[in-house]
Amino acid sequence: MRAPVSGSLPRFWRITIIRVATIAAVWLVYEAAARSNLFFEGVVPSSLLVIKAVFATLADPSFYPHLGQTAVEVVMGFLIGTATGLATGVAFGMSSVLSRALNPWVYYLAPAPKIIFLPILMLLFGVGMGSKIAIAAISAFFPVAVSTYAGMMQVKGIYLRVAAAFNASRWQTITKVYIPSLVGPVTTSLRLALGVAFIGTLLAEIKLSNLGLGHLIIQHYNFLRIPEMYAALLITFVLAIMANAFMGWLAEQFEYERGN
Amino acid sequence: MNRSTAALRQPLWQRWWPLAASAALIVFVGATLQLMIEGGLVSPFVISPPLEVVRSIPQLFLEENLTGLFLLTLGVTFAATAIAAIIGIPSGWFLFRYREFGNAYESWLGALFSAPIILLYPLFLVIMGRGLPAVMAMSILVGVIPIVLNTYNGLRGVPKVLPNVARSFGMPEPQIFWKVLLPAALPLIFTGVRLALIYTMINVVAMEFLISLGGLGFLVGDLYDRYELPEMYAAVLFVILASILFFSGINRLERWLTHQ
Repeated sequence: MRAPVSGSLPRFWRITIIRVATIAAVWLVYEAAARSNLFFEGVVPSSLLVIKAVFATLADPSFYPHLGQTAVEVVMGFLIGTATGLATGVAFGMSSVLSRALNPWVYYLAPAPKIIFLPILMLLFGVGMGSKIAIAAISAFFPVAVSTYAGMMQVKGIYLRVAAAFNASRWQTITKVYIPSLVGPVTTSLRLALGVAFIGTLLAEIKLSNLGLGHLIIQHYNFLRIPEMYAALLITFVLAIMANAFMGWLAEQFEYERGN
Repeated sequence: MNRSTAALRQPLWQRWWPLAASAALIVFVGATLQLMIEGGLVSPFVISPPLEVVRSIPQLFLEENLTGLFLLTLGVTFAATAIAAIIGIPSGWFLFRYREFGNAYESWLGALFSAPIILLYPLFLVIMGRGLPAVMAMSILVGVIPIVLNTYNGLRGVPKVLPNVARSFGMPEPQIFWKVLLPAALPLIFTGVRLALIYTMINVVAMEFLISLGGLGFLVGDLYDRYELPEMYAAVLFVILASILFFSGINRLERWLTHQ
């Protein structure tokens, strides 16, 4: 432990003061910007207006079909993407021929901007829910495939030799050796996968859709309902952070179970 | 070192067969699609015949100014990352130098790093207008976070013994920073800049696509809107190829810089 360097206040309080002061300063600057005439009128609405719009949005029954649509798209895409990602990672891990021939594709496509596939996906699956699920699935696939394969590569050779010595079948080797050692890297990648599936879905909805949170945001933007747009963005952002925190919590539970 | 010598000892065919397999895969997928379209199994209005896609490539360069648009996207990406580094590296140092601020902001930066910042783009559009400044501002914001985090963590990770030795030889503090701390933290700072380049590039292409403005992302969206399918498929493939070259290029650059 480090001894406090300076000042008479304990460390915790100094950090808390900095945090509270930062939030207050950001809020004051925002309000000052809202009240100044630096921006076009109404473009930076007062925080009171935004908070009012948040409550109005949440109280409006027509908000929930948008939320439901986005939720279905994200979850479906996430499930499809993670399932195929897992299968791909496991297959690469089991077969060096497969991984040497195909892994460079996965590795180099992983950081490419997936949204660029949207026009193709709209041609293939239509402009409705299908293309959003597809873009979410493609987004979620890559982090899971890369981490699963990396996890497979880290499985200790001695475990495999023990399994072979006990005449374990291929299936038993997968379920008893590979899967337990994959839990760590895979749960971490699931968190990332949900995040990118969410972003992919929202961006696709913003580009072209008739239902969903992204559609709601861009409709507010098109009709210059600025406080409502800020409110919808705020709600979307909070949902994304909550989903991320939930996946983090889930990963911790697995870590905890493994630790015991 | 080890890997390259090992690669040299391998017979030639072992190093080149994955590349040959990839080439064969491309030809196989292309030929299959071509046959399926010609056989009437797939509509040419959903997937363009690969031969037509290949034939439309010269047109992309001659009529759609592909080179110029590519350089525009690349230029915006590098400019935004450079500005992010100019802001981010001193900020990371500040968080390291004034520990309370580092402690106060570290978890916030971590949360921002995984937050879907790109979803805030309508906000940037209403405040800054639908143009290059909004794209730049968003990209800088996306790029600055990994640079700040990695500079901060890089400086914190320098073993205490290094500056202590310099201090015991009477080296003045500014010189300790420039000659000891900064060089020791450099590999992690480079990693931050590399992440920033990747995120910025994804962000720039996505923004261009969504707001129909600027470089490669704009081109793909525009070709889709004009329903010029072979060109659009060729443009999507070009974006993928460009991002693959981009990522492997910066990977190599990082390896080269950190091995100096």
